[in-house]
Amino acid sequence: MSKTGSLAMQPGVRKMMAGSALLFVAFLAAWQWGPGLFGIPAFIIPPVSLVWEQFLHMMAHDHLLFHTGITAMQVGVGFVLGVLLGILCGFALGMSPSAEFVLSPYILALQIAPKVAFAPLFIIWFGYTVYPKILVCVLIVFFPVMINVLGAVRALDPDIVRLARSFTANRLQVFWKIEFPAALPPLFAGLRIAATLAVIGVLVGELVGGNIGLGYMLAFAEGAGDTAAVFVTIIMLTLIGIALYGIVVAIEGRVLHYLPARARLAT
Amino acid sequence: MAATTRLEFRDVTKRFANPRQGGFVVAVEGVSLAIADGEVVSLIGPSGCGKSTLLNMGSGLDPASSGEVRVDGELVTKPNKHVAFMLQKDLLLPWRTIVENVELGQEIQRVAGGERRKRALDLLAKCRLPDFAHHYPHQLSGGMRQRAALARTLAVDPTVLLMDEPFSALDAQTKMVLQQDLGRTLADTGKTALLITHDLVEAVAMSDRILVMSQRPGRIIEEIVVEISDRDNPMRRRQHPKVATYIVQLMNLLQIEQAAA
Repeated sequence: MSKTGSLAMQPGVRKMMAGSALLFVAFLAAWQWGPGLFGIPAFIIPPVSLVWEQFLHMMAHDHLLFHTGITAMQVGVGFVLGVLLGILCGFALGMSPSAEFVLSPYILALQIAPKVAFAPLFIIWFGYTVYPKILVCVLIVFFPVMINVLGAVRALDPDIVRLARSFTANRLQVFWKIEFPAALPPLFAGLRIAATLAVIGVLVGELVGGNIGLGYMLAFAEGAGDTAAVFVTIIMLTLIGIALYGIVVAIEGRVLHYLPARARLAT
Repeated sequence: MAATTRLEFRDVTKRFANPRQGGFVVAVEGVSLAIADGEVVSLIGPSGCGKSTLLNMGSGLDPASSGEVRVDGELVTKPNKHVAFMLQKDLLLPWRTIVENVELGQEIQRVAGGERRKRALDLLAKCRLPDFAHHYPHQLSGGMRQRAALARTLAVDPTVLLMDEPFSALDAQTKMVLQQDLGRTLADTGKTALLITHDLVEAVAMSDRILVMSQRPGRIIEEIVVEISDRDNPMRRRQHPKVATYIVQLMNLLQIEQAAA
């Protein structure tokens, strides 16, 4: 993160940024005039200007910001809960091989089961509230985090733990001074994956049932045959995902600042 | 020796359960040794003879199956503040700066922050790393990292240092420099040390005495007193004409020529 400032100074990077901006303009132009050129009607692919108008309209009349906020809130809560649960289970199973052995078939089954299929079930349980959406999100976010933490605990060099113990470290000290910090790089790799999945969890919950949130707007727009509104909701959903991912990357940059530059991901 | 005994093994045996074949594997058997205050003793023997097992028992990480291990007269049953160990791997934590790594042991033993930092910086200066205190381990060379590991070991002010092939992962020149540093530091601080090594010259250059172990089950088969002066200067000791005599003696004891024939 802190590198971006110095990177922007380099001429090669400036050229790349200019290229990236140019590509964006070309993309918007293609979207605006491309469909017309090929005779694709606006109800199939609405041009970007129409989507923009629809966006302004939905902002003014359809509480777009409110619905986006609801979805974002559910994504945020689901993500945080799923991550905490994943970290907790990852460490617990990592430290107890026998627990992992006993539970692994169930974990595997739950991991393979398509989590979105639970959405109707959760709606039966909790009704048209925010809880089913958050719960699907928690379930989806949980696995990549847990698996990465579990792997990190297992991969830790036992000699490092022995070193700490030889300094008379107790169990808690071994955890906070060794195991927890050692698990952070894989944890953040898991968080990046989880951040991209979190929106899906909430969206599916909203599509299945409810009368608020972007998923509801999406279903409503589909019913009305309003393609431009569908595009607007897709873009808003993507923006929520990008924001979450950006937050994860920003925190990662601060926490894992000690990693050599080559070990860090650019995006 | 009139000096106080720092580290003592009394008839120590270590058996490990052998889950595959059942029964036990005897790693070391009936080992007795005593290391006096300020003495540096090397332990040499074929691979798998239980040298590292002895060290683990000395540090209190593994209990002896029978016999007693005592440090400063106290029976060792768990890790304690008298002993610190150092391995071939530097085991520096990548998320801590060098000075923070050196502080690890003190931090665990709850030494106050200011004192901890002062002592760590002091030791880094002694280990000739003062400019690297705030670097991360990946920014240092292997030799420098091992020096930082030595500083970390000394930071808890142990009376006994247990070292398991501390320099075996380093290149030949770096190794000699670090042996020199260690020799001087041990002499300056008057620490007692048990050094496990595969390097015969290192054993002769660094120590007051050399203990030779047999094949598994490991027993101590010979004790050689190194009668060369300048124990604080391994570099000069290396060049002493008597070194070759000791090496030959060690080679015979370890049956190295027979193994090659």
